[in-house]
Amino acid sequence: MQRASRYLFVVPALLVVLATAFWPLARALALAFQDWQLARSDAPAWLWTPADGLENARDLALNFERMLEDPLVWNSIKATLFFTVTSVVLAVAIGLALAMLLSRGGPGKALLRAILILPFVMSPALIGVSWRFMFNPEHGLFSALGRPFGGAMTDALGSELLAPWVVVSADVWHWAPYVTLMIMAALATVPQDAREAAAIDGARPWQVFRDITLPHIAPTLAVATVLKCIFALKAFDLIYTITGGGPGNVTQVLSHYIYFQGFKYFDLGYSAALAFLLIVPMAVLAWMYIRLSYREAAA
Amino acid sequence: MSADPGNRLVSGRALETTATLLACAVIIVPIYWILSNGFKSLVDVFALKWVFTPTLENFQRIFAAPFDIGQKLLNSAIVSLLAVAIAIPVATLAAYAFSRFALRGARALVLAIVFSQFIPPVVIVLPYFVLFRDLGLYDTRIGLALIELALVTPFAVLMLKSYIDQIPREIEEAAVMDGATRLRIIADIVAPLAAPGIITAALLCFILTWNDFLFALILTSKDAVTLPVGLAMFGGEEGVLWHLISAGGTLLMIPMLVLSIRIQKYYLEGTLAGANK
Repeated sequence: MQRASRYLFVVPALLVVLATAFWPLARALALAFQDWQLARSDAPAWLWTPADGLENARDLALNFERMLEDPLVWNSIKATLFFTVTSVVLAVAIGLALAMLLSRGGPGKALLRAILILPFVMSPALIGVSWRFMFNPEHGLFSALGRPFGGAMTDALGSELLAPWVVVSADVWHWAPYVTLMIMAALATVPQDAREAAAIDGARPWQVFRDITLPHIAPTLAVATVLKCIFALKAFDLIYTITGGGPGNVTQVLSHYIYFQGFKYFDLGYSAALAFLLIVPMAVLAWMYIRLSYREAAA
Repeated sequence: MSADPGNRLVSGRALETTATLLACAVIIVPIYWILSNGFKSLVDVFALKWVFTPTLENFQRIFAAPFDIGQKLLNSAIVSLLAVAIAIPVATLAAYAFSRFALRGARALVLAIVFSQFIPPVVIVLPYFVLFRDLGLYDTRIGLALIELALVTPFAVLMLKSYIDQIPREIEEAAVMDGATRLRIIADIVAPLAAPGIITAALLCFILTWNDFLFALILTSKDAVTLPVGLAMFGGEEGVLWHLISAGGTLLMIPMLVLSIRIQKYYLEGTLAGANK
């Protein structure tokens, strides 16, 4: 077949990806060059004459200046860091622990293996709604559990100290089993004879884990960590449905704050400028992911 | 206590079993919580009953006005099916080409597809919100299905490529010699062989769109609202209607629970392939 016509096979997919991912990315970045509030005008100045260019650059500078002075920006960076670090560490740690647990037989293991997929296929919005319900101080699960003991339930979602952890717990519930599945697949490729030989030589279980198992699954752990970081930065549904950014903005992560500025205040230019804060770390993580998976494939 | 290895083994086993059962409970309880509350009367929800007489009344109420969950269910189904119907053929063609042809620049294109998955949806939706308002696609099922392609197409291309990579080329070679067109080969030889992979990819794409919240939240308002968004908007004047939310949540999760059986096989295959060696 002709060389050129072979490209026709990939053209539809590339067009879709271009239209649904790269065009909006470029367009969003261009929006940051504009001071455009839907409430004030219906359309931004689209023309890119030199004068407009200057104007747009000024708008970008203004948008960034505003970001530096916006205390909610610093607040949302902090909230994003907290959410990302805690949810990634917990999801990967619990995922690893469950995968190790499931690498051997025993009572209940078959059941656990069978239901691991369930949290992953649940809609995050539904998980969020359920969590809000379960943590409801009057009608929630935890008051149902505590009632027989006469314990009054605190309003965790109204507490600036506890609410971020409630959101993290929902996210870890959703992702840890998925991480478990990833690590289980890696554990299945650890050479059994090496582990057995080490055990015969008198190595303790944790020594076998540290010297044989861990180095073998390290690339998968790295990929899982990077992927989970990306999912954590993207997280929106859980925050919207559980706390809506509250109480007092403690769970106002960047992705939610971008939504807040763009679609609550319809300040699209500023919202797009804020998106830079999310896209830059995301690009770094994407690059790390590509490096890691490529190296894994080559090995 | 002496460090009797036999004793330690027994207590280690007990600890493992406890951890296993605890993990099972943590996974099951939130799911059971929603399922059970969907079948409870409001009184039983407020009384926090563990044992109750199930009722279908909640479902009758959410299908009636003002909740009209039936319409949202239909929207969710149509949007998801439409997205899958576009993404899977498009992705299969691309996956085949990336797998079989030595395309110049293929690596860069594949990496661009990988990268596109990492663009935050909240960024993607910004320009589409403006564009859809101008084009009259705002609050339409077609518009929503088109943007859902952002979630599923890259994923389907990459998944199907790795699946087709594992199908030996030799099977196609005789057909190539006979002068069959590539499209024929894909339809008659590759697609049947890759069917398990294509079905799994389609189901995962369906799950991704069915569960999507952000795009539907921003790009719909009334006519094209999907189930997850409808659920989050429940409530209103009578306060938070937990029993009705739970019934809606039950409808949202049941198809996913059914599909998960098939998906789970795909994920566990990888973990068992090595274990059986």
